[in-house]
Amino acid sequence: MATRNVELSVGRNPEMGVGGLPTASPLAPFDIPEPAFDTEEMLINIGPQHPATHGVLRLVCELDGETVLSVTPHIGYLHSSFEKLGEYRTWNQIVPLTDRMDYLAPLIYNCAYVMSVEKLMGIQVTERCKIVRVLCMEMDRIFGHLLWLGTTAIDVGAFTPFLYAFQQREKIYKLHEALTGARITTSATRVGGMMADLPPGWIEGLTKFLDEFPKTLNEVDRLLTGNQIHIGRTQGVGAISAADAINCGLTGPNLRAAGVPYDVRKDRPYYDYETYDFEVPVGEHGDCYDRYLCRMEEMRQSVRILRQAIARLPGGPINVDDPNISLPSKTDCMSDMESMIHHFKLITEGIKAPEGDCYLAVEGSKGELGMYVVAEEGSTKPVRWRVRPPSFVNLSTIEKLAKGHLVSDLIMINASLDIVLGEIDR
Amino acid sequence: MANNPSSSALDAVELGPLPSEIRVRGAVTSAAAPSDHPSVAALVTRFGAGIVRHRVSAGDQTVVWVDPKQSLEILTWLKNDASQLYDMMSDVTGVDYGGASVDVVYQMFSTTHKRALRVRCELPANALEIDSVVGLWKSADWLEREVFDLFGVKFRGHPDLRRILMPDDYAEGNPLRKDFPLRGRFSRAEQTRRALEQDVERFYTATDLKHGGTPQQVTAGGKPAEGVD
Repeated sequence: MATRNVELSVGRNPEMGVGGLPTASPLAPFDIPEPAFDTEEMLINIGPQHPATHGVLRLVCELDGETVLSVTPHIGYLHSSFEKLGEYRTWNQIVPLTDRMDYLAPLIYNCAYVMSVEKLMGIQVTERCKIVRVLCMEMDRIFGHLLWLGTTAIDVGAFTPFLYAFQQREKIYKLHEALTGARITTSATRVGGMMADLPPGWIEGLTKFLDEFPKTLNEVDRLLTGNQIHIGRTQGVGAISAADAINCGLTGPNLRAAGVPYDVRKDRPYYDYETYDFEVPVGEHGDCYDRYLCRMEEMRQSVRILRQAIARLPGGPINVDDPNISLPSKTDCMSDMESMIHHFKLITEGIKAPEGDCYLAVEGSKGELGMYVVAEEGSTKPVRWRVRPPSFVNLSTIEKLAKGHLVSDLIMINASLDIVLGEIDR
Repeated sequence: MANNPSSSALDAVELGPLPSEIRVRGAVTSAAAPSDHPSVAALVTRFGAGIVRHRVSAGDQTVVWVDPKQSLEILTWLKNDASQLYDMMSDVTGVDYGGASVDVVYQMFSTTHKRALRVRCELPANALEIDSVVGLWKSADWLEREVFDLFGVKFRGHPDLRRILMPDDYAEGNPLRKDFPLRGRFSRAEQTRRALEQDVERFYTATDLKHGGTPQQVTAGGKPAEGVD
C-alpha cells in the first residue's frame, strides 16, 4: 500500500510537484539555520479546552520558533474513577460504565467487557450472540474511524469529509438506536448474551448502510488520498519505526501504519475471526499519512466482515439458558415462581464468579483494548476491573512523534493517533 | 426478518431472552493444573526460587508469580531471550485484594512467537516498591505512573514518576486501594474548600519547565507582566 501519488494538485508552490513523486512538506522543520539574533524558547499551553486536542487534553509545548522541542501531555481532566466504581457494582451493572469510556465506538467496549467476564466464568455464548457481537464490533469500528476521519480532515483544513463522514455516522447512530434504544450510551451487552435480540428490520438497515457506505468512502478517498495539501500535511509527519512503535506500546492502526502486522483479530483470534476472510492493512512509513491509509482500508475490510457475518447469522436464542446468568422473561417472572426467584437472586445478588483473573484483548477501533477482571470465589462484584486503554498508551508516544516538527504538525499528529479522552482518563 | 420471530419491537420486551440449548459452564481456574506454556518451564529451570508459583487462569491464560526482588532480571530475560522475545508490554496494572499485599500485574505479548504471558509480583503493603521496566518497554512509562498514582507503588528507576490521572497535589491517597472509600477521604466540604484554595497560577510542573525556565507573559509594553508564572 502507500502509493504516494498526487492526484489533486491544488497548490501553486512549484516545489509541490505533481507527477507521482513523493512530496515532502513544504515547511520542512529541520535544518533551520541558527538566527543571528538572540532567541529564547517559548512555553505554550494548548488546552484543556481547545478543539484541536479532541477532548479535555492539555499539551504544554516548549517551542523554538515554531519547532516543537518538547510536549508534556497533562491528562486526568475527565477522570471519573470508573475502575473504582466498578468494584462496587455487580458484573452486569458495570456494562453502562464501559460505553462511557469510548463514546465513539461504545459497542466494542460493551462487547469486550462481557467477553472478558464470560471467559473468566467459563460461559460459552450462543452462536447467534457471537455473530451479533461481531456485527456490533465491526459496525462500531467503522463508527469510530469515521469520526476520526471527519475530525482529522478538519484539522488539516478539509471540511467536506467531515460532513460526508458524519452523514454516514448518523446512519449508524440510527442502527444503535434501533438495537439499544440509545445513540451513544448503548449498554447493549449482558453477561451471557445481549440486552435484546436484533429488532425487526435491523439487518436490512445494516445491509442498506453497507451498500451505500463504500460509495461515500470512495468519495472521501478521492478527496483526500491524492490531495496535495493533505499529503503535504501528513507525509513524513510523526513517523515512527516499527521497533519503536512496538516498544512504545502503540497498537491498532497506529502500529500497523509503522509496518507491524499485529492485529488482535488475527494474532489472538476471538469469536472465530480466523474464519472470516479479511485483510489487515499494513503501512510502511509509520507517519500520519500511513495511519490515514490504514484506517481507510480497515473500514473497507470491516464492510467485508460485516457482509460475511450477516450471511452466517443463525437463528436461535441469543442468551445462554442458565438461570444463574440470564434473566428470565418478564412473562415467566410474573407467572412462574422459579423464574421469579431466579430473577430476584440475579438482581439482588448478581452472577457468581469463580476465583481467578482473566485478561481478554479485542481489536478496538483505537488499538488493543484489554479487559482485565479479577474475582474471588463466588464474588458477584469484581475485586479489580481494569481496562487496558489503547488511546492512553498511544498518546504517551506523542512527545516522541512530535519532537522537531512544527506546532501545526503537532495538531495533526495528535489527531492521527485517534485518541478519546473518556477512555484515557477513565 | 426471517430469523426473528418478533413482529413488533415491543414483543421482544415481553418475550425477554429466549432459552438456549448450549449450557457450558464449569470450573475454569485450576490452581494445580500444569501449564504447557513454553515460557513457564524455561522460567522455572532458569530462575528456580525466583518463580514463586504459576497457574492457568480463565481456561488458557498462564499466570506466573515472580519474586519482586528478581522481577527486573526475569522480565529482562523474558524480553531479550531468543526463545521468549516478549517485545510488547501491553499493560502494567495493580490488584489490591484488601489484604497485606498489592500485586503488580504485567501483561506481555510476543509478536514473534504469538504468545501471551501474565507476570504478577506480590508486594507487601508496607513496602510497595518494585523496579521500573521503562528501560525495557517505553510503553510502561505512563502505565507505571498510573499504578503509582492509583495504588501508591513506587517504581525504582522510573524517569518521571508523578501522578498522572489525579492532580499533582492530590492529598487523599491512592484511590484504587481497598482502604480508600469510594467517595474519597475528605468530606465534600473539605474537597470544595481545597478546590477553591487551589493556586490556579500553579499551572506548569517542573517537567514542563525543564527547557525554558519560568514562562513569561509579555505585555503590550514589552515588559513581563507581574504575577504570572
